[in-house]
Amino acid sequence: MGKRVGMEVSIAAAEAVKQANVDVISAYPITPQTHIVEYLSEIVANGEMDAEFFCVESEHSAMSICIGSEAAGARSFTCTSAQGLALMAEMTYIASGLRLPILMIISNRTLSSPLSIWNDHSDAMMIRDCGWIQYFVENGQEVYDHVFISYRTAEDREVLFPAIINMDGFILSHVIEPIELIEQEKIDQFLPPYQPLHCLHPDRPVTMGAFALPSIFAETKKAQEVALRGAMSKILEVWKAFGDMTGRYYQPVETYRAEDAETLLVTMGSIGETASVAVDQMREKGRSVGLVKIRLWRPFPFEDLKQATLHAKQLVVIDRAISVGACGPVASEVKAALYGRDPRPSVYNFVAGISGRDVAPSDFIKMVDKTEIEIGEGNKEGFEIYGVRE
Amino acid sequence: MTKPESEWTWKELPIGNVILEPGNASQYRTGDWKSLKPVLKKELCVHCGLCYIFCPDMSYNLDAEGYFIVDLFYCKGCGICAKECPTGAITMVVEEEEK
Repeated sequence: MGKRVGMEVSIAAAEAVKQANVDVISAYPITPQTHIVEYLSEIVANGEMDAEFFCVESEHSAMSICIGSEAAGARSFTCTSAQGLALMAEMTYIASGLRLPILMIISNRTLSSPLSIWNDHSDAMMIRDCGWIQYFVENGQEVYDHVFISYRTAEDREVLFPAIINMDGFILSHVIEPIELIEQEKIDQFLPPYQPLHCLHPDRPVTMGAFALPSIFAETKKAQEVALRGAMSKILEVWKAFGDMTGRYYQPVETYRAEDAETLLVTMGSIGETASVAVDQMREKGRSVGLVKIRLWRPFPFEDLKQATLHAKQLVVIDRAISVGACGPVASEVKAALYGRDPRPSVYNFVAGISGRDVAPSDFIKMVDKTEIEIGEGNKEGFEIYGVRE
Repeated sequence: MTKPESEWTWKELPIGNVILEPGNASQYRTGDWKSLKPVLKKELCVHCGLCYIFCPDMSYNLDAEGYFIVDLFYCKGCGICAKECPTGAITMVVEEEEK
């Protein structure tokens, strides 16, 4: 078993990047991602990590460099947040179209406006459709673990997609947690050196990023779509292999005291841990409440979600972003997964904890209370921004 | 073997749509962009080659008789050859569906 060390989650993330033998790091600092890139810059400068560190002038360039270096066969890493991700957005679609297994950590932060540096999922939802594998992790250990998991999955010849680890800004990034570090020999065994399928090399010239006419574009998108859905089996296989190595097994959808629950909370990201405290408190009072946590956002685990919610009468879906004019993006997906199932649970959607507003265990209890009252009044679904002063 | 892009199925595409075979831009049928095509009246042609020189897509080729003949697989129908032809030997006509 590895050493258990108290460290800031951002530093743990950077340590993982070092242990993963990353060749190229290209990033631009932005709160709350800064500590990751600062620490990486320091250890590269000190000669503790053998990598090229590119100080770029923008996030657009950060991702562009990663695309170039990955295309040349170098294991590449970047990280960003909010406005930085917005500036990078154009290039994220190119990385996935070219099927380059870059890893990016997003320290999730609110998109302006109003200007805010605090945490929610609005940045991640902006690039929801960018065609990357997208994880949402719950704590520091999961951030650390998923660096290795992501690279091994992304670089697999049957996958070849870039991957995003979404971790809640400040709530995770700036918090000191106990992290179980994995021995280097074990990581080297788990994560072999990157063997690119196609690579820019003068001896074997290829063209990457060519133009596609309307007569072939749809074929390229179908190939990408089928491949990202098909990556699910490899994602599961790598999680299993990681679990066998460390004892920490991950699932696309995880449940907590959910088997017999009439009401299920559905969360994504770090609020899952708080919600589990609320579930315990409600269970103590004899209430039939459980928790479903979504860890894998893309490819979306429709089947797992259906299975996890099979016996529930109502779902309380908590979103940490709003699709303005519609509803929360997680609720949209949950409803899509349940459509056509009969009987299907009622879905109540609360947008909570946007821009870093605290969501305490008592808030989850209030959301469950509110849902049960609405159901009692015969309302089958609902949407509200939770805790707003009227 | 390279083939025109309209013949590829999604399963055949290399991962990331990487082009593995150099020079396959020759298979881009830019000719289907045009609505007008150049038609040459050989009796007016003075073999000056200005159409060949000005064609931005290098669609003109010299034939055995010394005429510059447009390759409609590539010609986008821009009309520069007709504009530049000093004797008015080239006219742009509406391209109709082949019967």
